[in-house]
Amino acid sequence: MRTTWAGVVLVASVAIAGCRIESKEEFAGVPAAARATRLPDRLELGVAATPVGIASIDIDANPAGAGLPAGEGTHAQGIPIYAQKCASCHGAKGEGLATYPKLVSPDTLAGFPFGKDASIPKTVGNYWPYATTVYDYVHRTMPFTAPGSLTPNETYALVAWLLAENRIVPMTAVMNASTLPKVQMPARRHFVIDDRTGGQPFR
Amino acid sequence: MNDSEKAGLPESPMSRRRALGVAAGLVGGAVLTGTTLDAMTQVPTAKVPGAMPAGGAAVVSAPAAPLPVAPPDASMIPGIASGPLSTRSPFEMPALTPVGITTGSSLTPLQHIAGTITPSDLHFQRHHNGIAVIDPHRYALTVHGLVDRPLVFSLEQLKRFPAMTRTCFVECSGNGRSAFRAPKREMTPQQVDGLTSNSEWTGVSVAALLKEAGVQHGATWVLAEGGDAARLSRSVPMDKMLDDAFIAYAQNGEPLRMPNGYPARLLLPGYEGNMCVKWIRRLEAIDQPNMSRDETAKYTDPLANGTARQFSFTMDAKSIITSPAYPTRLTGPGWWPVTGLAWTGRGRIERVDVSTDGGRTWTEAELSNPVLSRAHTRFEHMWKWDGRPAQLMSRAIDETGYVQPTLQTYRDTRGAGTDYHFNAIRTWLVEQDGSVYFGG
Repeated sequence: MRTTWAGVVLVASVAIAGCRIESKEEFAGVPAAARATRLPDRLELGVAATPVGIASIDIDANPAGAGLPAGEGTHAQGIPIYAQKCASCHGAKGEGLATYPKLVSPDTLAGFPFGKDASIPKTVGNYWPYATTVYDYVHRTMPFTAPGSLTPNETYALVAWLLAENRIVPMTAVMNASTLPKVQMPARRHFVIDDRTGGQPFR
Repeated sequence: MNDSEKAGLPESPMSRRRALGVAAGLVGGAVLTGTTLDAMTQVPTAKVPGAMPAGGAAVVSAPAAPLPVAPPDASMIPGIASGPLSTRSPFEMPALTPVGITTGSSLTPLQHIAGTITPSDLHFQRHHNGIAVIDPHRYALTVHGLVDRPLVFSLEQLKRFPAMTRTCFVECSGNGRSAFRAPKREMTPQQVDGLTSNSEWTGVSVAALLKEAGVQHGATWVLAEGGDAARLSRSVPMDKMLDDAFIAYAQNGEPLRMPNGYPARLLLPGYEGNMCVKWIRRLEAIDQPNMSRDETAKYTDPLANGTARQFSFTMDAKSIITSPAYPTRLTGPGWWPVTGLAWTGRGRIERVDVSTDGGRTWTEAELSNPVLSRAHTRFEHMWKWDGRPAQLMSRAIDETGYVQPTLQTYRDTRGAGTDYHFNAIRTWLVEQDGSVYFGG
């Protein structure tokens, strides 16, 4: 099938780009990227994605709030949902169980010490730099046995529960597409972008 | 001629020895005594072929299949007939370990790999909520976001683009964590660094797909999302996507193995494995990184100076000696190949040095040709062991001049709590009786 396609490409490239005919051997050695330059800009493959089709899988939310759906929730609304859908793995208070991670650590840590001590659990409260990530991840992956099954309201309520238990927002805070992107996470200022490009010294 | 042939030694000393040991048990061990082939001995308790000695993480043995009875002389009787798929010799039982994992890792037995290509069924696996089962006829890759023409590609349509084939490694950026955090003498190369594998991949360049959709001005990143139950998502810089990113639908000459992303996955040569999203279902052109969990809460590197490094995408130069290494044993003084793998996400491996005296002196190792960019590179150093304790190390240097750091430098610079990109020099301790142990 590849050979056939290569032949088609050869003929097409001659016809379209008017380039000289090359031996098959030469042609076979040309990288795909170079071959592509002899083709039209578009091969007109693929079919148009429909708005409904895109919406069915376009589940991400970003720090600016893009992608956050309508709906809202509070810590109080999150309590029964957490108890029913989260506590069996993460513990009644978000303390973590067995291999499932701890979610709540309201105490302030001096100096972001994670690089010195691997035993400190990284949680939403002490390590996650963006609040919108909590919505994105909970909605995307939880509960573990039924990912994607939480409604927007349930997700906002769980986000409010997590942020309030970590003492990042008040217990009464309402989380929605407008309020969540404004939440400042304490860990954010500790993150730096990798600027290494190889060479020396080791960093 | 490969390295093993060059050295006049069996291709995979340990597994070959094991095979012959088994054969010897069946046909009478005396015939093998004194040959070079039993020079390496598996120690100490592996009674089942393929069983990894205990130590470190959970270790799972390959199922003990019944071994055929090898005739005393296979040249004296007709052989067996062919089947639809060839299988490994039943005397060879390399295995991923641990297995039964839905969230976590199964590691490649680096000590059983010859050359540079990882057999597809031995490619390491890292899953975040199990192996997705996807019908290729219903597979779809959606390209949307900041594009002129949002498009959906079927698998068949992906295969109608000009194909590209390249060999590159995929390494989990958590590779080496347990060796760093909790080193044990009884760790195999698999347990130390088995979260890296190397394949020849075939697919379509992401640039071609993006060109088809028409990327709009201001699209600086692309969100890649998988169709597994983790819907794993990572933001990838547009520059990387337009440079050498590709959607692979084949691995080592055949469709991807299911655990490696069947029917299609993203590959970003040199970047950490987590970004090479398996079971890829969506590429969204975006104007800022998404800050998904796996690029914030995970896959970031806390440092000793109280910061956390983010977007450390490129895998740093690294190497590991895969033989001799625990649990093999040198049976006597003489010439031994010290061989292993080196790789870097920043291009080609320039040089690999080997030390047999704990880093006091170094000798440049031979590299198998060809040395490919962002691919596993095989190195070998012939070493005449004098029968005294020794410390074997390898040090990779890449084309940027990056030098794989010592464990001391690594720990001092990154901090004991650092979480990813564990690329310090590894040490194997050879004891006087020929036993080899992991030395950190």
